[in-house]
Amino acid sequence: MSGVAIESKGLTKRFGSTVALCDCNVRIPANRVVALVGPNGAGKSTFLRISVGLDEPSTGQIKVLGWSPQAQPMLVLPRIGFMGQDRPLYSRFTARELLELGRRLNPRWDGELAKARLDRIGIPLDRRAGQLSGGQCAQLALTMVLAKRPDLLVLDEPVAGLDPLARREFLQHLMEAVAEAELSVVLSSHIVSELELTCDYLIILAEGQIQVAGEIEGLVAGHRVLIGPRQGLEVESDQSVVRSTHTERQTTLLVRSDGRPPGPGWEEHQVSLEDIVLAYLAHPAARSLPRPEVLHKEGPTQ
Amino acid sequence: MKEAVDDAVPTAVDILYYPNSTMIEFRLDGHAGVMTYLQIVQQVRRALLVGRLLPGDQLPTVREVVAKLAINPNTVLKAYRQLEHEGVLVSRPGAGTFIRQDVRIAPRPGQAALGAALARWMHRARREGLDDNDLRAVFDDVLRNEDNKIAAAQ
Repeated sequence: MSGVAIESKGLTKRFGSTVALCDCNVRIPANRVVALVGPNGAGKSTFLRISVGLDEPSTGQIKVLGWSPQAQPMLVLPRIGFMGQDRPLYSRFTARELLELGRRLNPRWDGELAKARLDRIGIPLDRRAGQLSGGQCAQLALTMVLAKRPDLLVLDEPVAGLDPLARREFLQHLMEAVAEAELSVVLSSHIVSELELTCDYLIILAEGQIQVAGEIEGLVAGHRVLIGPRQGLEVESDQSVVRSTHTERQTTLLVRSDGRPPGPGWEEHQVSLEDIVLAYLAHPAARSLPRPEVLHKEGPTQ
Repeated sequence: MKEAVDDAVPTAVDILYYPNSTMIEFRLDGHAGVMTYLQIVQQVRRALLVGRLLPGDQLPTVREVVAKLAINPNTVLKAYRQLEHEGVLVSRPGAGTFIRQDVRIAPRPGQAALGAALARWMHRARREGLDDNDLRAVFDDVLRNEDNKIAAAQ
């Protein structure tokens, strides 16, 4: 594989007068589990749908596994497993019929794997999709996309609406699949606490733009909470400050840190991924953007 | 449905992926404030220290750990790599990951007696009405005082 799962340059998508994506530049490495987060309407689904060829960019480029999903669909689409929002399945089809559909539509279909998975999970082949529980539907949908033997899984809100147990079971099976095969995963989600355990790369989309992109480990290591004496509001114009809150006596900052200790009077704390995501989500306009390292290295094209 | 599984002849791969017994089961403390891979590292070290893991024991495969804990496989790999680097684990390609025969973390000779003494102390503390948190507070307090004394003496 090329080492890059998805790469976009200047990717922009307009629906009429609405700008869903605006000049998105991102390079997502392969063999990662990527969390795509952002508020509703930030453009997550649009980005994912363009990645799998279901939508076309208005301007700009996107390459998935090295190919254009729009111009070279026969090369790239068989290698992608896509699960849309609400995990759509034909509700009147039985599990067996859905697997047959998958077999006929997909050149790399692995029917044995699909049957073995359903057997393990305990979904009877003669059960209609519409009769399954939410958790079982999610597992059946995951089975369908894994049976494609994809190089890249694109999952749009895969665990939304599932109860905690079903959510955990889904993530257990997903992580097991990642451990078994060289598989890149891009998933959008709102549940940050679970992303911290399952994902190793984070992208935050805000108002149609890439706000954060990077290895989660590096992001967590590169941010700090500083607590110190009350500052004036000018502190917010500091490039490294992501979020600031003030009381009468003290100021709390979430900052991007270069590892140097803070000045005298400041108390330094580690941050969790959740702290970082919440701080950026709360300040979509704050262009305190840690640009993805790879974009810096591109030299002449910048 | 069940027959399909029983009829299947296990392949070498199946056997490797599903060893009959592994000696340790990892758990995660979401509120520990300790990175996930470090929790795994610490759990292996502690299990060795109290004799729950012994030289030659096999650790669960990455796949088994992630299927249980729903965590990223790289987290487990990172923990295992660090333990390998520290001379605790050895990974044998195709066979699995094992505690090294020459691992240097092991129960100390006097450890059983220390454990028994601590157990007696705990019984006394319970009779005095201390709960788990109180026990830890006393322990931490004494530990801190002793550390301070050592630091002052140096």
